[in-house]
Amino acid sequence: MSNAIGTATNALNSSTHAEATRRGRGLNTLLRITRMNLRHPRQVAFAFCSTIGAVILQLLIPQLLGRAVDQTQLAIGDGVTGTTAEQALWTPALLLLGVSALRGLFTMAQNYFAEAVGHHVAYELRLACYDKIQRLSFSYHDRVHSGDLIMLGILDLDGVRTYFSNALVRVLLLSMLIGIGAYTMISTDPVLGLVALSFVPFVAWRSSVTQLRLRATWLDLQERLSVLSRVMEENLAGIRVVRAFSAQAYEMLKFDRASKNALDRAHDQVDVSVPNTSATTLSFFFAMGLVLWIGCNKLIAGDITVGTLATFLTFMTILQMPVRQIGLMVNAFARASTCGSRLFALLDQDIAIRDAPGARPLEISEGILRFDNVSFAYPGTENRAILKNISFEARRGETIAIVGPPGSGKSTMAHLIPRFYDVSGGAITIDGHDIRGITLATLRKMVAVAQQDAFLFTTTIENNIAYGDPWAREQRIERASESAQLHNYILSLPSGYETVVGERGASLSGGQRQRLTIARTMMLRPSIVVFDDSTAAIDGATEQRIRAAIRRFAKDRVTIIIAHRLSLLTHADQILFVDNGEIVERGTHQELLAKRGRYKGLHDLQLRPGDDNAIANGGVT
Amino acid sequence: MAKGHVIEPETESNDGRRPPRAVVGSHRIEEEMFGRAFDNNIIRRIWAFVRPYRAMVIISVAALMIFTGTQLLIPLIIRYAIDHAMTSAGADRSALLAAAEAFGLTILVNFGAAYTQETAVGKMAENVLFDIRRAMFGHLQKVSLSFMDKTEVGRLMSRLQGDVYAIHEFLETSIYSVADFALLFGIVFVMLYLDFRLGLLTLSVLPALVIIRIVWLPRARHAFMAAHETNSVVNGALAEAIHGVRTIQSMHRQQVNFMLYDDKAHANLRAHLIAARCAQVMVPIVDGLTGLAMAVMIAVGGSMVMNGRIDVGVLVAYLFYIQRFFDPIRSLTLQYSVMQRAMASGKRLTDVLDVKIEVQDKPGARVLSPEMGGSVEFRNVTFGYEPNRPVLKNVSFRVDPGETVALVGPTGSGKSSAMALVRRLYDVQQGQVLVGGHDVRDLTQESLGGQIAMVLQEPFLFTGTVFDNIRYHKTDATRDKVIEAAKALCAHDFIMSLANGYEAELGERGGNLSLGQRQLISFARALVADAKILVLDEATANIDSYTEILIQKALRKLLEDRTGLVIAHRLATIRGADRIIVLQNGQVIETGNHDQLMAMDGFYSKLYNLNYASFDDIPEEKLHTIALAGSRT
Repeated sequence: MSNAIGTATNALNSSTHAEATRRGRGLNTLLRITRMNLRHPRQVAFAFCSTIGAVILQLLIPQLLGRAVDQTQLAIGDGVTGTTAEQALWTPALLLLGVSALRGLFTMAQNYFAEAVGHHVAYELRLACYDKIQRLSFSYHDRVHSGDLIMLGILDLDGVRTYFSNALVRVLLLSMLIGIGAYTMISTDPVLGLVALSFVPFVAWRSSVTQLRLRATWLDLQERLSVLSRVMEENLAGIRVVRAFSAQAYEMLKFDRASKNALDRAHDQVDVSVPNTSATTLSFFFAMGLVLWIGCNKLIAGDITVGTLATFLTFMTILQMPVRQIGLMVNAFARASTCGSRLFALLDQDIAIRDAPGARPLEISEGILRFDNVSFAYPGTENRAILKNISFEARRGETIAIVGPPGSGKSTMAHLIPRFYDVSGGAITIDGHDIRGITLATLRKMVAVAQQDAFLFTTTIENNIAYGDPWAREQRIERASESAQLHNYILSLPSGYETVVGERGASLSGGQRQRLTIARTMMLRPSIVVFDDSTAAIDGATEQRIRAAIRRFAKDRVTIIIAHRLSLLTHADQILFVDNGEIVERGTHQELLAKRGRYKGLHDLQLRPGDDNAIANGGVT
Repeated sequence: MAKGHVIEPETESNDGRRPPRAVVGSHRIEEEMFGRAFDNNIIRRIWAFVRPYRAMVIISVAALMIFTGTQLLIPLIIRYAIDHAMTSAGADRSALLAAAEAFGLTILVNFGAAYTQETAVGKMAENVLFDIRRAMFGHLQKVSLSFMDKTEVGRLMSRLQGDVYAIHEFLETSIYSVADFALLFGIVFVMLYLDFRLGLLTLSVLPALVIIRIVWLPRARHAFMAAHETNSVVNGALAEAIHGVRTIQSMHRQQVNFMLYDDKAHANLRAHLIAARCAQVMVPIVDGLTGLAMAVMIAVGGSMVMNGRIDVGVLVAYLFYIQRFFDPIRSLTLQYSVMQRAMASGKRLTDVLDVKIEVQDKPGARVLSPEMGGSVEFRNVTFGYEPNRPVLKNVSFRVDPGETVALVGPTGSGKSSAMALVRRLYDVQQGQVLVGGHDVRDLTQESLGGQIAMVLQEPFLFTGTVFDNIRYHKTDATRDKVIEAAKALCAHDFIMSLANGYEAELGERGGNLSLGQRQLISFARALVADAKILVLDEATANIDSYTEILIQKALRKLLEDRTGLVIAHRLATIRGADRIIVLQNGQVIETGNHDQLMAMDGFYSKLYNLNYASFDDIPEEKLHTIALAGSRT
């Protein structure tokens, strides 16, 4: 039992983010995020300037306080008490008020601009991710789990967004505070100043060590969490299967395994970051204790005034918060470099299929589609050819039908024409131009594929039909849905074409979805159209009516129909029988029947679908 | 892209106009993002999850108190040291030494307390998060299917992934809030103790702060809410692009979508900038008030020092406390919105946890053993998903062990519901369903599931190897058994042709296999289960003729020596059954074998005579006319 779970979980583990780990050398990632931040020079400048302003003002506060305290002491020493001395106190008091308020304003600006930079970077990254995801080819999306990509856009993006405010600005803040503080203190009293700053080297060393360890933990945790989320998502989506098989216990075990894995790492993360934070604070307080000890001794010796000591101690109080936040800063660095390397792994992903240099727009003249000795294998499994030496030609107005057993490569042929995948050998040409030399934009405009499984977007039926032509007029949408035999059904819905479908809307049956895909395709004005088994779930009678519409649509186009119901294909100008990636028979319906080969066998099979003999004999080769 | 970020998509130039019929992502505001800041009920529910870790909570609160105490103590020690350094003027170092010792001890305790508390809180919060998630996930395994039917997976996932983190954040911060409150009260106490009038004077700035907060809060809340909401808008749109990427590329919508997405992302950016402005506006106010308090202290406290009414050490300590005083106030402001979010999330979590479990084992439920036989019987069963809309009305029939019965009828006639009742996925409203001679409600669900193998219309496969998928129902099945089953169902050959054979990894939902292949694997899964009763919903989609034949053969193999209850669509399957039960509108209208039903000349024979290879092919209009004719006679 547990073994089975082990393999199941490992299987879940295997995919994408190993790449991220390999790619992301932490420092490069951080530099790259920094560069992205610097692309907003105005806001970065504002943020940095107000940080500097805030720090200077903040450092003025201990000075003012120290001076005020000294003033009281001086007054006592000189014996000058009474109203004049008391009034003299109003000057530092008012100064203090002014400086504090001004510091607040600067801090506000610092925080605001720091956040603004982060949000601008997040905005750019969002767009870049969206754009990249839309353009990455099918082979990438076949490989990467959709849930992982979504998490990338949410969690990892956030990790990069907070880098500027939580890491960079804080570094400036701290080094300014410590630097200026160091200067003032050392110039006031070198010994005491050095003592006050003695915690800095220790903290710097601790933090950089922790940052590296945290980064490793974090990467691992993210991966374990995405395994967990896959386990949950699959369970919920397949809950009927789980229930039907009473597999709840097994599913709970699977969940517990993944959950415990993630929890362990989450604990590790606490174990790595907490000692760092507390050690940082301890070293700081230790320095403060030293200042107090040495300071008091000096005070007793008369080397310094109470005011100076107060200045030192106030300065250390000011540092207390930021020093405690060093832990957060370290976390922010670790998180940004983790998240950044995952995001950049996506953004740097090569797009397998893109315009060749010097690609030309497609201009259809004669409209001849040719497959020239085409062979194909999926990336990653190059030794398993899906298509071998496929050659055929189709002219405008012709219909080519492709039949063959499942897995024979029919759909693959359809996917090669709009370059969802690129051929491994041979070439596909349109009017003599290799499609790899044509711009993708024009190619895909000219080639339409009605897919097997229809994806519904969560919007109205109308918008779904007009998906490829969002400028379309109502009449065209209605005509397309009439052709696809969907119009009457739509009108029977309470909100008609305004009915919202998709994940959050009304659900359509498999057949209705396929009809919607057909309508969608008919909205386009392609020169080459492929119907990839797009009537499989539609009943026979409706299919017949759709067939008529498809024929009208096919009149001045190259049409390729992939189907298993032969009734749909009899009128085709050429039928290709594909098996195991090769064309084994070709000809018109009549010619192929006369050949008495594979096609004829399939044809006979379909004539008597319920025939026991056909089943007993198998008819499968 | 190599250069970092490219905003313009590599498509044709755009004139910036938005098409009228295009949207990206959909968004309905259906849940409140922020709840009341404090909801007793929800706190109690969260506490139930924290309870097992109360030792950790107690430890961390204790550590936190000690930590706060040391924080308060440090300025006092400083004051002590300074005062002594001032007065003893040279000789007496023992006081100073004592101060140093006290200081050293204090910071060690401070370190220990901080370490203990942060580790305890961090781990406790993680544990609670995972526990809540586990409780929810476990609960979802048991709640009625009707709840699962009407709840989207995405919604549940956002509970399991998003809302639990809001609770996590809340737990972490609420412990710190306790510390902040403790620190606040501690500081107030010490200040009043050191000098009552000076203390009161400092506190006099507080009312101003309270008033400002009251004015500020509703505006800020509104801005935070808007920012939060635009987040879910952009994330939803991104998810849509990921799921629909194949359609987007083949419909060539990248450019339009990018423009529309840009609008949403930009709205998100704007909302966040506004929210940031709202959040930050409090900073100068709090800082100004801190400055005011310090100014008052200098002016008033300073003259008190000069008059000799207080020591200078007191003044220094005061100045310390005032700076620390506003820290907890500042962080409490932030924690308020965390609390609101947590309450809203907590509400949504408890909503899921409170869904009633309708189907559960009776106390003393019996174990269904294989010896009890594989009979299935419906006795006057009435069932519906909603109380007043029965899907099955007074249905009775019996299937003997080893018999194969085909359920036939138009969509919505109640076939699938009847099947679900056999496995007790739902409970009947009236009547009884008996399996092996026992009411299913008297049997343990575990044993019932063990004796019934179900094949659903949609062959859902899990990520993992082919091997693991086939033995999903029987996780201890050996490799030989799995291969044997696959061979029996003619699935062995295609499995072996996959890259790693039985060890081939299936993609998301088995996406790298064809529908027919997925179907065969789900058959093999049922065969390995080795159950007495097979309940099968034949796929409606037309599969290619080759797979069709394989499936018909597989079906025969599967039904050998088993009680079979099949929702049949194809004539081949229907005619192969021992008996046919025709359902219409939730009622059994005809039963018998094919010949008997044909002789009856009723609904079935009319359907059959239409000569479609599958009953699903019959157009709706025709079905309708037959049904009407039937009801008239």
